[in-house]
Amino acid sequence: MQCDAVAEDLAAAAEGSVLLGRNERRHVERCLRCQAELVQYRKVLRAMRAMRTEVLEPAPGLLADILANLEAAGERRAIRSLIQGHRAAYLGGLAAATAAGAAGAIVFASRARRLRTAS
Amino acid sequence: MPPDVAHLVTAARDGDREAFDELVRVTYAESFTLALRLTGNEEDARDVVQEAYIRAFRGLSRFRGDAQFSTWMYRITANCANTHLVRRNKHRHEVLDDAAPVADDRPSHDPQLQSDASALRDRLTVALEGLPPKLRQVVVLRDIYDLPHEAIAAELGISETAAKVRLHRARKKLREDLFPRRQEEAADAV
Repeated sequence: MQCDAVAEDLAAAAEGSVLLGRNERRHVERCLRCQAELVQYRKVLRAMRAMRTEVLEPAPGLLADILANLEAAGERRAIRSLIQGHRAAYLGGLAAATAAGAAGAIVFASRARRLRTAS
Repeated sequence: MPPDVAHLVTAARDGDREAFDELVRVTYAESFTLALRLTGNEEDARDVVQEAYIRAFRGLSRFRGDAQFSTWMYRITANCANTHLVRRNKHRHEVLDDAAPVADDRPSHDPQLQSDASALRDRLTVALEGLPPKLRQVVVLRDIYDLPHEAIAAELGISETAAKVRLHRARKKLREDLFPRRQEEAADAV
């Protein structure tokens, strides 16, 4: 087995997400280069995990900017929902007027038909 | 989830703006750290974080609470950073080349420092900054923030397979950058 065939799996093996097959393990046990790479991957992964707890200090003013943007977004949303509310009320009114008109027309038509039948 | 954050999330979901502002205060430095690691640029990171909190504010009702709030924010921040980087690179007409060589002329390659863990971390920071953004995003989200492949793929708009391929390439580049082989070793290997 060649180093290249094992190289693909070394990082994942160092992470623990992949188990090396029997042939791969046998190769690594004999190959100093692959052993070194495995150790290097472990060091890189350990250093990366240690970075998780690091918090980089943001430049001053970021918090104020975020809160100001949120304020503006909140206001925009409130205005939008107000407009949507007005629009819904307008459409509702229009629908009610249309329904009333239609009902009136039906009543008028049926009354006219009744009068025609009576005469 | 720490109880105070959980309490703030519940209150914010019920429409308490003060609670959301407090959530921002508690978490913004962490979100900024992630944004900076993803973008490699402080100005971009600031834009990303601001956008991320606006999205979080708008989508808070969709946060189910079965994940940590910080993890949810990581995903939103990653998504915003990806959108930001794509937009920025379109604007600048830069090519995002996964195979672009990582510069090798940094002072961080001093072999005397290699055994020192804190020096390793410093060199790792430099090496991460030197990675192409596509590779950096994946390795930062997976190996520092422990996001699953599925979440990474979803937030970056790529397949899980692509995410895994990028992760492999990123780790390989980092290792090669942090532990450069001596010329004679490289020659032997050919």
